[in-house]
Amino acid sequence: MIALNVNRRQYSVDVDPATPLLWVIRENIGLAGTKYGCGMAQCGACTVHIDGEAVRSCVTPVSRAAGKIVTTIEGLSADLSHPLQQAWIAEDVPQCGYCQSGQIMSAAVLLRENSKPTDSDIDDAMSGNICRCGTYPRIRRAIRRAAQLMASGGAK
Amino acid sequence: MNIATGMRRRDFFKAGAALGGGLLISFYLPELSGTSETDRAKETFAPNAFIRIGTDDSVTIIVNKAEMGQGVYTSMPMLIAEELEADWSRIRVESAPVDPAYNHAVFGIQMTGGSTSVNSEWERLRKAGAMARMMLIAAAAQTWNVNAQSCRAESGYVIHAASNRRLSFGALADSAVKMEPPKEVVLKDPKDYKLIGKPTHRLDTPSKINGTAQFGLDVRIPGMLTAVLARPPVFGAKAVRINDEKAKSVPGVAAVVSVRAGVAVVASGFWPAKLGRDALDIVWEEGPNATLSTASLREQYANLAKTPGAVARKDGDPTQTLASAAKQVTAEYEVPYLAHAMMEPLNCLVDLRSDRCEIWTGTQFQTVDRAAAAAVAGLKPEQVQIHTTLLGGGFGRRANPVSDFVVEAVEVAKAVGAPVKVIWTREDDIRGGWYRPMWYDRLAAGLDAAGNPVAWTHTIVGQSILAGTMFESVMVKNGIDGSSVEGAAELPYAIPNVLVDLHSPKVGVPVQWWRSVGHSHTGFVVESFLDELAHTAGKDPYEFRRALLAHQPRYLGVLELAASKAKWGAPLPGGRARGIAVHFSFDSYVAQVAEASVADDGTVRVHRVVCAVDCGRVVNPDTVVAQMEGGIIFGLTAALKGEITLERGRVQQRNFHDYPMLRMNEAPDIEVYIVPSTEHPTGVGEPGVPAVAPAVANAIFAATGKRVRRLPVRASDLRKA
Ligand code: FES
Ligand code: FES
Repeated sequence: MIALNVNRRQYSVDVDPATPLLWVIRENIGLAGTKYGCGMAQCGACTVHIDGEAVRSCVTPVSRAAGKIVTTIEGLSADLSHPLQQAWIAEDVPQCGYCQSGQIMSAAVLLRENSKPTDSDIDDAMSGNICRCGTYPRIRRAIRRAAQLMASGGAK
Repeated sequence: MNIATGMRRRDFFKAGAALGGGLLISFYLPELSGTSETDRAKETFAPNAFIRIGTDDSVTIIVNKAEMGQGVYTSMPMLIAEELEADWSRIRVESAPVDPAYNHAVFGIQMTGGSTSVNSEWERLRKAGAMARMMLIAAAAQTWNVNAQSCRAESGYVIHAASNRRLSFGALADSAVKMEPPKEVVLKDPKDYKLIGKPTHRLDTPSKINGTAQFGLDVRIPGMLTAVLARPPVFGAKAVRINDEKAKSVPGVAAVVSVRAGVAVVASGFWPAKLGRDALDIVWEEGPNATLSTASLREQYANLAKTPGAVARKDGDPTQTLASAAKQVTAEYEVPYLAHAMMEPLNCLVDLRSDRCEIWTGTQFQTVDRAAAAAVAGLKPEQVQIHTTLLGGGFGRRANPVSDFVVEAVEVAKAVGAPVKVIWTREDDIRGGWYRPMWYDRLAAGLDAAGNPVAWTHTIVGQSILAGTMFESVMVKNGIDGSSVEGAAELPYAIPNVLVDLHSPKVGVPVQWWRSVGHSHTGFVVESFLDELAHTAGKDPYEFRRALLAHQPRYLGVLELAASKAKWGAPLPGGRARGIAVHFSFDSYVAQVAEASVADDGTVRVHRVVCAVDCGRVVNPDTVVAQMEGGIIFGLTAALKGEITLERGRVQQRNFHDYPMLRMNEAPDIEVYIVPSTEHPTGVGEPGVPAVAPAVANAIFAATGKRVRRLPVRASDLRKA
């Protein structure tokens, strides 16, 4: 049994400790917002936070999350109030939407560490996340907008 | 799937009819033929298959198109809500079940593709909304005992201004059911549009940013197992000996079953299924495709390109004019196989019972999939229900002519006797075939003494995506698969002598439509070669095109708009140069100007793309912009990175590390400008793709003097000596 804290709730799961966290989150815990895209840390669709750091859950054994705080897209806000979510709505970022959980989870760490990211900061933080639909220009705009929202205390 | 010509539209309809889905319904509004939905419809006002209005004022729009990112879950409701005069904030969307009522209004089967959703539903859905509005007004008029003409609908209410009375749609739902459906509907004057033409936020955004959006991969049902397949290492290979001992000893693995697509390891979840799959020991009989290689295909194609093919277009006497022209230019172009690589890998969940089959998947091809699933399950199509989930990208891959990802899942479920979800790994996806074909083109042109092109010949070599499918008999004519020559045969330039011919070699690599289909290659080839002619003639590539398109006002419209917004001709900073291209596809006109620079080591950087599009009347301008942006990134990925190659019959790429995608740090600034138009709306999902590769290649030439004739662009070809 492995004890996990996901989105401020306690779970205990009976899986092989080498199982990637991604599949435990999706299948054992039942939170399907975290996506599978490549399984080899190439696309970022599976991005979650462990103790506040962005990790690729597809290559992270569940044992590494034991005793730590895991946050998934479902735990970002209860009501779409996170500045990134508000900015994503304002810029109509998602197309198919499949990559967007991972994009937002990566962007959340960027903004927490750097409240005024430059374009090259955004490139550095976001280039691990692929969007096959090509929403990059909007992601860039939305991150800038979220940064402004945070600066003005507009959301949350 | 270009429907540019009426001929091909009708052909596709016939193909649809052959599938048993062929009720032509463009000019009447269907009701559901199934039963499951009509029971629910009793409780609410469901005047046609697309609308349900609840007594709680909810307005549910049933969308018959798959939402794969192109925005149909917003644009389709906009068409209805505009005429219905619904309160936009009350609109909910549901995906349609499989029913002839939801067939494509032109193609006659239920499907999403060919950039046709708005194009084909423009009339029908507005009529559906207008019909419902008229019945609601009739119900209100009867309640108030006034003339229906004196009432109007607005934001979810019917209003009788003279007596200052109003009733909500929900309050009228029960009585509206009893109204006679109108025989004719009057549609709004476009000047009165409140939604159509206005940038409208997507209805599906909130669910896509909080984890609640449900893709096929996310569906779970009780008792469900998960399967991962060992797929043949070579297309068409057969498993002849299977040792599954190790696989079966993986904790969680429930069964190992053989199906036509490969060997399925069925387990409690994805991870044990994948571990089990990796532990299989299989001897494959590789068959005839084991000798396939990209190098030998190139050689074969290059030889074919030197010989005459089936004629797709012939104007005048191209051969003679070419031979006697003052200047001749010849060039060979080539592009590789490409995988769709949708972000969500293929998957399909099947619950098969003795008398019915339920399927959850993200598909673009419901009618075809249902027929194929029924055949495998031994059921009638009506006994198969498909729940179309959101699609994590489609790009054509999820409209498979043999329903590969559905059929295999039904086979696995049948073998196991339990509900099973088959999940493709990314490697399965990249190596799984159904690619955009590899193409090899040979072009020659003659210029007169003044530098005007007088002859153009274009020989195309590549597999037909329709050959061997159910669409072949009606869609391949005189040896010409229209989708192989689209974008080349309709060369728009004023050149008096033109020959376009085609070779369609049969190769054992499964191929399929891939976002923008034939245009994905012809756009690059035609617009690059035209650029070569401009430079040979010593003319500005933009002015050269303008002169040759003087008789094509809509081409000119986008070309001039893109050039002026991009400040064509104005100096650019440090090493940057511009390239231009214009292409017509899916009934829309797109011109793009790319700004690129090439580093000493040959690395290409695309800084900016300016795009002008004329897609007729626009429903949601923000969606048009988004689709152009997405199409440009998709086309850039192909131009700069994409390549599937074969060696000893094996696909050489596996995942995003060796089949890379454009990333944030490589994405250019993109500006999109829409030409105002009152013409019938046309495609936007695909037309953004074809022009970007030639615009970039032409910019590279302008920057370096080196002509890119083979995609993807290779730094090694552009490196400074
Ligand atoms: S699924 Fe984890 S990085 Fe792609
Ligand atoms: S929105 Fe489709 S992959 Fe990003």
